[in-house]
Amino acid sequence: MGSITLQGVRKDFGNVSIIKGVDLEIHDGDFVVFVGPSGCGKSTLLRLISGLEDVTGGVISIDGKDVTDVGPADRGLAMVFQSYALYPHMTVRKNIAFPLMMAKLPQSEIDAKVARAAKSLNLGDYLERRPGQLSGGQRQRVAIGRAIVRDPTAFLFDEPLSNLDAALRVQMRLEIADLHQSLKKTMVYVTHDQVEAMTLADKIVVLDKGTIAQVGSPLDLYNKPDNLFVAKFIGSPTMNVFEGPSAQKRNATSVGIRPEHLDISTTSGELKSKVRVAEQLGSDTFVYADVEGVGSMTVRHEGQAALKAGDTLYLTPQEPRVHRFDAAGLRIN
Amino acid sequence: MARRQSLATTSLWTLLAWGVGFVMFFPILWTGMTAFKSEVNAYTMPENWWSTPWTTENFAIVQERSNYLRYVFNTSVIAFFSTVLGLILAIPAAWSMAFQPEALPSVNISGRVWILIIVGAGAIAAAIALSVGWQLRDNPILGFALMLIIGLPITAWVWTRRTGDKLLWMLSTKMMPPAGALIPIYLIFNRNGLIFKDWGVVNLSDWTLMDTFLGMIPLMMLLNLPIIIWMLYTYFKEIPFEILEAARMDGAGLWQELSKVLAPMAVPGIASTLLLNVILSWNEAFWTLNLTNKYAAPLSFFISEYSSPEGQFWAKLSAASLMAIAPIMVLGWFSQRQLVRGLTFGAVK
Repeated sequence: MGSITLQGVRKDFGNVSIIKGVDLEIHDGDFVVFVGPSGCGKSTLLRLISGLEDVTGGVISIDGKDVTDVGPADRGLAMVFQSYALYPHMTVRKNIAFPLMMAKLPQSEIDAKVARAAKSLNLGDYLERRPGQLSGGQRQRVAIGRAIVRDPTAFLFDEPLSNLDAALRVQMRLEIADLHQSLKKTMVYVTHDQVEAMTLADKIVVLDKGTIAQVGSPLDLYNKPDNLFVAKFIGSPTMNVFEGPSAQKRNATSVGIRPEHLDISTTSGELKSKVRVAEQLGSDTFVYADVEGVGSMTVRHEGQAALKAGDTLYLTPQEPRVHRFDAAGLRIN
Repeated sequence: MARRQSLATTSLWTLLAWGVGFVMFFPILWTGMTAFKSEVNAYTMPENWWSTPWTTENFAIVQERSNYLRYVFNTSVIAFFSTVLGLILAIPAAWSMAFQPEALPSVNISGRVWILIIVGAGAIAAAIALSVGWQLRDNPILGFALMLIIGLPITAWVWTRRTGDKLLWMLSTKMMPPAGALIPIYLIFNRNGLIFKDWGVVNLSDWTLMDTFLGMIPLMMLLNLPIIIWMLYTYFKEIPFEILEAARMDGAGLWQELSKVLAPMAVPGIASTLLLNVILSWNEAFWTLNLTNKYAAPLSFFISEYSSPEGQFWAKLSAASLMAIAPIMVLGWFSQRQLVRGLTFGAVK
């Protein structure tokens, strides 16, 4: 129930290979997030799972059944689009009822299911409005309502929060998390925002140029990135990566240390640097420093540090938190 | 303009605009005035437009001589059905071009090779025709085969083009002067004894395409089809593809996607296209004059009756013209907002 398997999935558009061989196992009830920079193929992969695009090679199975050649209507999935894709000429009620009308359910059953979905999403007052008369958050909820009313095997979300403002994004993120808790259905979520990925996911799939860079839980990716790409993608601000004598000292081609794992001191330390900018946020201080022989580094210091531009600062990485990478960019354990 | 203009400048520009409008409207005005003069007085127009008396006798004479309502009926039938038929064919075409466009030709042969293939096919056809001494008249199978030999490479070339080129090719068929196709189409309409003959099972020998709705409606549809497809294509491009994808995810089949999602959203576009093409069909004079006589003759034929070798009957001609354009002007008046929106919508993006 609700498991999705991808084996050797490839997708080419003409001569350009977008997805270059992906193997993935999604278990029932998982909240899986596809994350990666623009152009890495995460939306394409989602569309391949949904059936809106055909694969060039490989097999997609849902609940053990091969659905590679099955159309999007028959895969039993529901999708929430980035631009909501609501039917502008239909009322909210008709929008939510549309999938049930396509399934030719009796009208009484349709009405009951629509009422239930509307109640769970607080849309009861808006049922007779058109999408054009709703706010962004309300439209998003109608889109979600349209998806849940079909009781699908799995939900697919294609960057659903990208069109919302920052405050609404946080609120909708919590609502989606609550939805997952209450429905306990498989959810596949695409985003370029790693904060959304870290907060929502049971399992994160990091994609880089059409291949999977790493799959793991959010903390796995944070604590043990398999390669430089994942190391630099997860975590905000970005991990500091440097080569040179400090790396060689630790038997690696390059080492990475997250900004929050650097100890600072004005008197002594491993790396000598000059402060370029010090940002005081009250709870944290972000220091951008130029380190001798290494380059620019970012430090996140908890609390308020009395630093300003031009000060000399010594940085010492916390040894257990140092990540070592070899010449190919892969993790050395 | 944000600057304030002096009263003199504004008045000058307003006068100029009205002048241009008057010049554009003048032919209609003159026709209208001539229609209300007796035939003799019509010849003195426009000098004596004020002094000669007004009369409505021309309308009575015209109605007596020819059955106006019959012509209105014919024109309406041809215009309406050809447009609806065109919409039925054009909606799938525009849908596929707007939502599944091809960026590359589906078969990658260079242009020079295509020319070689098409010209070569023509040469082969000519050689075959030459071998029978061009006696194709009683040899329909050979004629059909030659048509296929020439037609198939050209059709293949069109089918393999990318979407933008296909649209341009379609529009180019409207660029040819209709007179160039008159003779072949006249022959098709007239000499169709090969199809409309006694087949034994059914006797079609009384049938013909000439001067019938069966001939005129498909012809008018094909004439306007490029425009209908183009207009629908530009409207469909305005519709976000994601909404159709959402319908697919919701379980809609192709027919439901077109009828329950696409068509309602495209209603303004379809309405504008319908209106414009009804008007184009209504005003079509070249083909209707050549291919109709009595039974399917539309209003353009009705007007032409008064400009005959017997003489130019200005007053009756004007009256007939007014009667011919009246219905379509009424339609245009009531739908002007829709029409303007339809014609200019694509320009705004």
